[in-house]
Amino acid sequence: MRHKTFFWFFLPTGLAMLLFIALPIVSVLIQSIFAPHPAVLVEVENCTPLVGCTTETTIDQEATAALRAKQPLGRFVGLDIYFDRGHVAIQEVGKIWTNFEGWGPFFSELGDLPFYRAMAFTLTFVAVVTPLTIVLGLMIALAINSLHRHLKGLMIFFSLLPMIVTPLIGSLILFWMVDSRGVIGSALVALAGDPNFSLKASTGLMWVALMVYGVWHAAPFAFVVFYAGLQTLPADQLEAAQIDGATRWQQVKYVIVPHLMPLVTFVALIQLMDNFKVFEPIVGFNAAAHAQSLSSFIYNDLGGETRQLSSASATSVITIIGVAILLSPVLVRTWRDFKGSR
Amino acid sequence: MFLKKIALAGSMVVFAVSAGSACEIDARVSIVGNEFAAIQAVGAAAQECTGAPVETNLTSEHQTINVAGLSGNPSEYTTAVIANSSIVALMNEDVIRPLNDLVAKHGDGLQQGQLIKIGDDIMAVAFMANAQHLMYRKDVLEKAGVKIPTTYEEMLEVAKAIREQGIMQNPVGGAYAAGWNLAQEFNNMFLGYGGTHFKPGTAEPNINTEAGVKALNMMKALSEYMNPDFLTHDSNATNAEYRAGNVAILNMWGSRASQQTTTEGVLEEVINGHAIAPPLTVGGGTTPASTLWWDGWTVGKNISDEEAEATFVAMKHGIRPDMLNDETSPLAVWLIEGYEPTDAAQGVFAAAQMGTTAYPMLPYMGLLHSALGNELADFMQGKESAEKALTGVEAAYRAAAIEKGFLQ
Repeated sequence: MRHKTFFWFFLPTGLAMLLFIALPIVSVLIQSIFAPHPAVLVEVENCTPLVGCTTETTIDQEATAALRAKQPLGRFVGLDIYFDRGHVAIQEVGKIWTNFEGWGPFFSELGDLPFYRAMAFTLTFVAVVTPLTIVLGLMIALAINSLHRHLKGLMIFFSLLPMIVTPLIGSLILFWMVDSRGVIGSALVALAGDPNFSLKASTGLMWVALMVYGVWHAAPFAFVVFYAGLQTLPADQLEAAQIDGATRWQQVKYVIVPHLMPLVTFVALIQLMDNFKVFEPIVGFNAAAHAQSLSSFIYNDLGGETRQLSSASATSVITIIGVAILLSPVLVRTWRDFKGSR
Repeated sequence: MFLKKIALAGSMVVFAVSAGSACEIDARVSIVGNEFAAIQAVGAAAQECTGAPVETNLTSEHQTINVAGLSGNPSEYTTAVIANSSIVALMNEDVIRPLNDLVAKHGDGLQQGQLIKIGDDIMAVAFMANAQHLMYRKDVLEKAGVKIPTTYEEMLEVAKAIREQGIMQNPVGGAYAAGWNLAQEFNNMFLGYGGTHFKPGTAEPNINTEAGVKALNMMKALSEYMNPDFLTHDSNATNAEYRAGNVAILNMWGSRASQQTTTEGVLEEVINGHAIAPPLTVGGGTTPASTLWWDGWTVGKNISDEEAEATFVAMKHGIRPDMLNDETSPLAVWLIEGYEPTDAAQGVFAAAQMGTTAYPMLPYMGLLHSALGNELADFMQGKESAEKALTGVEAAYRAAAIEKGFLQ
């Protein structure tokens, strides 16, 4: 395509991307380097029912309004919020590092800082769920593809159900099942032989439950993509492999998987992004005590009685950076393929 | 539940028509607030007003939308129904107006005690009070041969007796879900041990103290008698456990008292055995380990004066003495003139009489509450010491307070 043609072809998309993707990111960046002005506090007498009057501290609205009018964006704090304890916690990590007493205590101290604890869970989640989703999706696609054509439609519908169900509802259903009075929960109690056994009380088991949910929810997506890919598989290649005496496993390994490889890359990209932003199951499972992610931090910052916009913005930017780092190997590879094919 | 609401709304319409109470407004009213039964009743009563539309958006997510919904100009909502914790966020953002002139013009019939005064400004009109207090199953306690506890130490003994006699494995209930609920239970216990959240006159946290450690250790001791899933049980789940007969004793919100026996599907033995008592004290203290709350309404700042006046008139109509009837009286401990306390209200009244501390109405309390909710779960799971957990809370709070400009 000529450059000029490409330009006009791309312009509407480019404008939309600028408006709906680039500008919000810039706005979030700006919010993350500004924080509210120092509060001007005054002591006043508060009178409330049943308690009577007491002296309490409150914000001096007039003085604060004057400060705000002078500098509407707030005070400039640079990267302070990125480096505070709620985020990368530079000072705290430095302190832990100077008191280094071996890796065990180091990691346990690090785990007390919310950001690193969230990273530990998020990265484990990404590392476990992404490959499992791809493998399971491929297995379902292969299984359904080999079914009789009358059965296919029905089976495709059922396989897609986990993706059709709203994520929060899906996680709630699983949450009730693993409750100590739920189906899976009581089965586990019977298996463990301990009436106090509880999946929800154990961090390890809660992680497993969250990851099972993650795979359950995302596998249909991988399945649909792979199933579509299977329809484009040239029949003569498979026949050739069969004539050469390839077993079913060998056909999958040497013919089908290489054919689907670009799709695997695509699914991996999407899944890496989605899994890094894991959120719904943490809310649905009430798992805040055991697992947090950057997205749940943003939710907490904005959902509390006092909203922390700057903190939420900083976490958003860190999320974008994290996704970029995670995707870089795949992107680099795609870029090389692109260069090579030219 | 749905049918009941319709019946409730219906009965109130009939009541309004028969009482002939008039409420004429000439500008729009839009209400945002929490969704429990008492607020539903106030909203429905306000909607009796004619002349202009009265819209309500009552949802448990109210506090995530009320600041934004009052910030535009003109704002989406003209009033927010709030409690002593959530009014702080609205005052911090300066989105609600002082009501002094409206009270002077339309305030007849409101009692002095209903007016929430911050300095010289009336910022809200309260209509109900709330507090957490003891609820228990008298049949289970009788069977175990134990007295009704008045302190948390006695509650532990009661729990031990019930478990040892094999009546219930986990007799204690508690809204200990990580997050807001867990932090609130800490606040209760901490105040019961005589703690104060902040160093006087400053935003410096003051919870890593003897009272804080004792409060956490008492919570830990109680949790040994709770369902092992306790860190996922919010007040809804805790009440469900109680109504299902799995729990015999708990510290619970007074606003839930009347629904413990009237909700659908409650076991017969729970209906017959349900009883309430004053909040418990702890550690030999005399102040109950609980907090006192009020719910009230505000009027937005970013609306026209006509809308503000219409809002005041409609909301006052929503809490007029006439709105109390057999249906609405048991729903809350009303601060409305002419309210006769029902049986379900005695717990909250006892809390007030015993001098329960009001939930701190400080600009930075919300940040400390969030920090507590995020940092205490590890201690409750036995993964770290009480001192370490409290150090973590103070550090998390400090980072947030520096960001919001409360600390330097």
